[in-house]
Amino acid sequence: MDFLSTILDILLSAAFWTAVLRIATPYVLGTLGELVCERAGVLNLGIEGIMTLGAMAGWMAVYQGADLWTGVLAAAACGALLGLLHAALTVPLGLSQHVTGIGVTLLGTSLSYFVYRLVLPQASTPPTVEPFQPLALPGALAQTPLTYLAFLLVAVVAYVLYRTPVGLAVRMVGENPAAAEAQGLNVTAIRIGAVVAGSALMALAGAFLTLSAFNAFFFNMVNGRGWICIALVVFASWRPGKALLGALLFAVFDALQLRLQQASGGVLPYQLFLMMPYLLSILALVLVARRASYPRALMIPYRKGER
Amino acid sequence: MKGGPEVVLRLAGISKRFGPLLANDDISLTLRAGEVLALLGENGAGKTTLMNILFGHYVADEGTIEAFGRPLPPGSPRAALEAGIGMVHQHFTLADNLSVLDNIAVGTESLWRWRSDRGAARRRLLDLSQRFGLEVRPDAPVGELSVGERQRAEILKALYRDARILILDEPTAVLTPQESAGLFETLRKLTADGLAVVFISHKMNEVFAASDTVAVLRAGKLVATHATASTDRAKLAELMVGRSVKPPAPAPLSPGEPVLELAGVTVASGHGRPLLDRVDLTVHRHQVVGIAGVSGNGQTALAELVSGLIRPDSGRLSLKGSVVEHGDPADMVRRGVARIPEDRHSAGLVGAMAVWENLIAERYHDSSFSRFGVLRRGAARAYAREVIEEFDVRCPGPDARTQLLSGGNMQKLILGRTLAHGPDLILASQPTRGLDIGAVSYVHSRLLDARAAGAGVLLISEDLDEILALADCVTVAYHGRLTPLLPHDRVSVSQLGLLMAGHWDVLRDILPETQLEHGDAA
Repeated sequence: MDFLSTILDILLSAAFWTAVLRIATPYVLGTLGELVCERAGVLNLGIEGIMTLGAMAGWMAVYQGADLWTGVLAAAACGALLGLLHAALTVPLGLSQHVTGIGVTLLGTSLSYFVYRLVLPQASTPPTVEPFQPLALPGALAQTPLTYLAFLLVAVVAYVLYRTPVGLAVRMVGENPAAAEAQGLNVTAIRIGAVVAGSALMALAGAFLTLSAFNAFFFNMVNGRGWICIALVVFASWRPGKALLGALLFAVFDALQLRLQQASGGVLPYQLFLMMPYLLSILALVLVARRASYPRALMIPYRKGER
Repeated sequence: MKGGPEVVLRLAGISKRFGPLLANDDISLTLRAGEVLALLGENGAGKTTLMNILFGHYVADEGTIEAFGRPLPPGSPRAALEAGIGMVHQHFTLADNLSVLDNIAVGTESLWRWRSDRGAARRRLLDLSQRFGLEVRPDAPVGELSVGERQRAEILKALYRDARILILDEPTAVLTPQESAGLFETLRKLTADGLAVVFISHKMNEVFAASDTVAVLRAGKLVATHATASTDRAKLAELMVGRSVKPPAPAPLSPGEPVLELAGVTVASGHGRPLLDRVDLTVHRHQVVGIAGVSGNGQTALAELVSGLIRPDSGRLSLKGSVVEHGDPADMVRRGVARIPEDRHSAGLVGAMAVWENLIAERYHDSSFSRFGVLRRGAARAYAREVIEEFDVRCPGPDARTQLLSGGNMQKLILGRTLAHGPDLILASQPTRGLDIGAVSYVHSRLLDARAAGAGVLLISEDLDEILALADCVTVAYHGRLTPLLPHDRVSVSQLGLLMAGHWDVLRDILPETQLEHGDAA
């Protein structure tokens, strides 16, 4: 019973839920970004590299003297640029979305480290900036503005996808591009637009890491979060609301394992706890996503007038 | 026709090449308001290409298009839509996961509005739906609609955008005879409203049922344009094929011993209605049994069952009197089942492999084609040359890549592979779908030869004319059930149509002696 009461104590503490919302933020942003790309029919495996570049670019802008929000914008712009590269290769040229995405990830990560080393060749301990501060609100509401922005963006993306003509167009090109074209839509432009917008969101996830969660840029700091977002999109059945739910669930597992590690006092190897959120995510994915109805044209390049 | 209704569409000198193939060769056509023009021709005659050029999917190499007196910019579906041209594609361009309303409204509003006006879109859709008698459910996801409903949604999509010229590509290919009649009724309402309609077809009876004018295409050329009333079937068939054609005539044969027996076979679908529901069916030697039905009523499951791809959940499958316990495809081939699959591209042949490799795909383990795990390429090529010769496959040779063959020659290749070994049972799923008349009559005569040689043939087809021409007995698939076998000379096309739509009470007229099971009649 000792174990259960430990868990109960953790779940009842405000500090735990503060941590959950903080941990969830990059997953929310990254999952939204990936979701927008995939809804238009383009898998974006560049997410890990785009998040890394966003983390580096946002931090670097602030380190060079820009204010925090300019840093966030710089991150989004860099993400959008990498997204444009991914879109240019996969949409008009119709290259394999898998291979291109992995290439974009490799490019994004290496470019980030390269630029970082170019600017700061000597730094042994990473230099820091003054990050976003939590708002002075009680309990778990004491979050930084980027967390609030992320949660707001869930509603914005849901509204745009389901209530506006452009959202319908995005869903249509992801389901049946030939039908979209027969309705007079420009499939290429809509797909490129969605990938660029989605990639900007992914870069915001990176910027959150260096400008809110931490105050410096480390090597390997994205640490697979992008890949988790890819799985979360499936978990969410490509729906923004469920994406938020999935991100929160994963964050709960993650926050819980951190606290259980401390509570267990080294009896169990800590790697067991590290594994927990991933194992539980796979379990959740198996339970939820088997019947997911994915966008029908996902990963299928569209070529006009092909016989 | 001087002084007739306004000319709404004028195609002048349209030509289009795909590589070495001249798909459209200097075609000129005019269309008047209120007119229904049937574009008749065999598969590959260039009908769809011509309409795709008109709608802006392709750009013509030569020629011009004028709609309502104004030139139409080439290569832009948007321009075609704006000029009042709507197209209902043969393979519907609808997104399954979106609702009917979403599918119809997409692209009709400026993309940068903050809010879609769904209320106005819904009112307009329901208004059109009522005016032309096209019933739809605006909020149902397209994936849940029947084929007929999807087609209505497609037509409404064009009307929603104020189409005054409607192009229908093989609109009846997927409909029951009654649904087709409903479609022709709709077309009459549309033309009464002043719309002009072009419909593409290769079926003669539709041309006479629905068109005012018929234009015949052959091998990319426009060979004739006639007022429909002033021509007849035989003449059109000859124009279409370029020579006279005879329908297949099966010789009367008395059935031999049973080769395939299904007794109470049920195949579950994992959710909802079973794919096959307590099916009883017997196919004898010297007999062709035709399975009619709208696709999706269990035909695919039946074909997979007889191919050994799936097993019955209950009931019994016997071949030549012995029960098949754990059939798999290779086992079925060994037991003498020859299979002509529904989709020759995906399930029949490997396009990227050579003709000879495809020909030995079912029996490469035989000692004649491999020894100690090594292929005997010489023997396989020699065998391929024999089959190519015997089945008249037009190809450069055994090493030709299969995907370079035409549809008809691919089908001959499959026939060669399956019929060369004197099968006991032939499973023919849609054996002539997409073939031209020449290839169709070849396939039919080969199937009838096999029947004469002692094979039983299970013919699954959506083409009722084909079934009635070839089959000794017919059964209709509906919701996974099969009707009792009906002798081909006691049932009419319209009765089959009613059975296909689930009105099994007509069985009483056809077979007065049968007792209908409760719940069968819809």
